[in-house]
Amino acid sequence: MSPKTLYDKIWDAHVAHEADDGTCLLYIDRHLVHEVTSPQAFEGLRLEGRTVRAPDKTIAVPDHNVPTTEDRVHGIVNEESRIQVEALDKNAKDFGIHYYPVNDVRQGIVHIVGPEQGWTLPGMTVVCGDSHTATHGAFGALAHGIGTSEVEHVLATQTLIQKKSKNMKVEITGKLRPGVTAKDITLSVIGKTGTAGGTGYVIEYCGEAIRDLSMEGRMTVCNMAIEGGARAGLIAPDQTTFDYVKGRPHAPKGAQWEAALAWWKTLYSDADAHWDMEITIPGEDIAPVVTWGTSPEDVLPITGKVPSPEDFRGGKVEAARRALDYMGLTPGMALTDIEIDTVFIGSCTNGRIEDLRAAAEILKGKKIKEGMRAMVVPGSGLVRAQAEEEGLAEIFREAGFEWRMAGCSMCLAMNPDQLSEGERCASTSNRNFEGRQGYKGRTHLVSPGMAAAAAITGRLTDVREMM
Amino acid sequence: MEKFDKLTGIAAPMPLVNIDTDMIIPKVFLKSIQRTGFGKNLFDEMRYNRDGTEIADFVLNKPQYRDAKILVTGDNFGCGSSREHAPWALLDFGIRCVISTSFADIFYNNCFKNGILPIVLPQEDVDKLMDDASRGSNAVVTIDLENQTIQGPDGGEITFEVDAFKKHCLLNGLDDIGLTLDKAASIDAFEARAAQERPWV
Repeated sequence: MSPKTLYDKIWDAHVAHEADDGTCLLYIDRHLVHEVTSPQAFEGLRLEGRTVRAPDKTIAVPDHNVPTTEDRVHGIVNEESRIQVEALDKNAKDFGIHYYPVNDVRQGIVHIVGPEQGWTLPGMTVVCGDSHTATHGAFGALAHGIGTSEVEHVLATQTLIQKKSKNMKVEITGKLRPGVTAKDITLSVIGKTGTAGGTGYVIEYCGEAIRDLSMEGRMTVCNMAIEGGARAGLIAPDQTTFDYVKGRPHAPKGAQWEAALAWWKTLYSDADAHWDMEITIPGEDIAPVVTWGTSPEDVLPITGKVPSPEDFRGGKVEAARRALDYMGLTPGMALTDIEIDTVFIGSCTNGRIEDLRAAAEILKGKKIKEGMRAMVVPGSGLVRAQAEEEGLAEIFREAGFEWRMAGCSMCLAMNPDQLSEGERCASTSNRNFEGRQGYKGRTHLVSPGMAAAAAITGRLTDVREMM
Repeated sequence: MEKFDKLTGIAAPMPLVNIDTDMIIPKVFLKSIQRTGFGKNLFDEMRYNRDGTEIADFVLNKPQYRDAKILVTGDNFGCGSSREHAPWALLDFGIRCVISTSFADIFYNNCFKNGILPIVLPQEDVDKLMDDASRGSNAVVTIDLENQTIQGPDGGEITFEVDAFKKHCLLNGLDDIGLTLDKAASIDAFEARAAQERPWV
């Protein structure tokens, strides 16, 4: 048998039909659904008199639109948001799919709820009408975002029409230095490859620094595979994965667990598998990083300076000029001199318990800068409950942070959590696009520890100075 | 889905690289539960001032490009979120074809589901078309999907590649779901096999 990559193995195990030209029907094991990209798909089913083929494999949760203030138990004030969430309530009920409504303690960001509840398992195919579905690749599952037409296609057929992507290996060798996190790894990779560098590929992240990460960290790395342009990111499952999965509500039990484990242990790239592209980054070369511009590829170590458009070539010169203007920055200024108005800790990139622990570690016994607006939005109701139990919520509150209910919140600012014009935010989210966190808002992407440090000093700060 | 065979129309130049789906349709407009009506908010933050007045120098606000049917863009068009609202907004505005050196994967797929043809060309061809497009209302371009050619305003011809299955669906305006349901027997067989091999799924 010819050697295979992990991606090859998962792909081969899910091809339900292959046409002569290589167009495949890929069977989907888990379909995650949220309120923004699904209403038109369910409506499409109704218009054609179609049903959901595999409701048991379909899991829905509202996350993008939901307010994160505690008064949301009384209902959503914004009418359009309320209608969208109510449409999901109704669609989940009408089509008989698994559902975690707003007031369920298990509600949260779909990419945090899936793994938390054990829906996401190694070797699966997982899709969702959301680009950050890449997150689930951390389990060695082939997971990617799809559009609403494809959501409808999966609902109706439990398959996707796909052609296979190419294989890319991203190896992070050795150990990370203190203060360097999974967020710094994933941003540094994008900084190196660019936001289109992964287009046409599925990336497998490997190497000692990846192996050393917890599941939370691995989810952070894979989450941003999409910002690198890749269809999906993958990390081969190992004991860390199995320990995380075991005992979760929807994980296999008893004899099924043993059977699953036996298969999962075959899910790795063979030693002599073929890679279409390979990138190696020494872990010790990675520093805590921040973004300065309006693309996730605009990454620099926190010790760096704001670049000049002349530092770039081709179309990026004009893009950099536009970004600097939008961000209100001057070339040559130290990144640590950039003053921050707001700090956002949360999102499917960094809204898990480990992220909150990392931020709380920096904030313990300290206060945020006067006038700073700072917010923690746990990724799920269960993350929130655990953080309260561990005393983290208390640390955040005492430092001056707002302690919110779970949701996507200011990562994309569809709910009331938004930046105002010119407001500058250190954010643990995944996109620094123009207007992403609010009209004319300015976003600097950072790790949770770096976000906490910035909240204390009021400027972008090297977290290593606070450790 | 509306068929796409031949398209003749004005091409508008958008040379900026990394135009993301938040730019194409900002999230404040994603709260609709319909597929239509997004055209008026296409490129909203680039196109309008906060008071709703038009920003005069934005390309689609210029008189010669208001009826554009084709966009010629910088690298990596459509990066970011998976929102199909982006192609819905383009289509609702009247854009049926986008030409670039590269597209983000999900956006690229979404276009084909909505009768929009995304065309990937080498840099030199995009540069040529960008130059053509900059000529305004004289820049009428014809896209022939059947023959996979683009005819520029000065008669020059560029050929392009497109996946045969995607081309077939666009040319005939086919519904993917209907095509897949024709293969229900294969899906049934796969499910039966998977239930034996991986019963925990």
